[in-house]
Amino acid sequence: MADPMRIRAQASGDKATVRVLMSHEMESGQRKDSAGNTVPAWFIQEVTATHNGKQVLAAEWGPAVSKNPFLQFVVKGAKAGDKIAVTWKDNKGATRTDEATVS
Amino acid sequence: MQTRRETLKQSAVVAGLLATAGFPQYAQAAFNKAAFDAKSVQDAIKAAGGTSLAESKDVTITGPDIAENGAVVPLGASTALPGVKHMLILVEKNPAALVAMFHVSDAVDASFSTRAKMGQSSDVYAVAIMNDGKALWAKKEVKVTLGGCGG
Repeated sequence: MADPMRIRAQASGDKATVRVLMSHEMESGQRKDSAGNTVPAWFIQEVTATHNGKQVLAAEWGPAVSKNPFLQFVVKGAKAGDKIAVTWKDNKGATRTDEATVS
Repeated sequence: MQTRRETLKQSAVVAGLLATAGFPQYAQAAFNKAAFDAKSVQDAIKAAGGTSLAESKDVTITGPDIAENGAVVPLGASTALPGVKHMLILVEKNPAALVAMFHVSDAVDASFSTRAKMGQSSDVYAVAIMNDGKALWAKKEVKVTLGGCGG
């Protein structure tokens, strides 16, 4: 896992729409494997986003977010050339940060 | 006065407690486990800090009328109201209602979209928890033809 995220940030006016596609299994903890054992939950718990190094968004997710999660949010005051970085952390403590430039 | 046997017994208990507490799954203190464990929509909103519930036309939930695949249901929550503290997305009939909680700051619009898993057809809720603790909600029914929670 821990493949890079795909982040697209597009400015329109004084706002920028950020779309993020993360790569994560997002195991719900409800499924059973072929032997009938419950597959333990494994999901992204915390997502944070920064705009030019300043944190603008924090989110907490449950296991009901889909596999390879998609997230869209709007950053105020972001213009072309600004840096948007997104970090996630899962319930096993793994973490990943990726950065994109607003276009 | 403690015998050696009692001391051993107690340290075994303590070691057991430590092992449970140190279970890595929920080690992060910031994660609002109570809200994500809550079974019903009301409990989840309460655990997230919302006190008085009210339906509101200023909160919008977006989603499909019919979702063919319950494993990937695009849902969005948005509001134009000022003073929003958290935005929540909930699915009523999931094993745990709360899907995602977004902490709104001044620098972002209170408008988020993501994709959720749904076990069966259910009402989905967008809830805006305001700075004064009011919880404003909007709901929409989404029909699911293929569930996304089981195997």
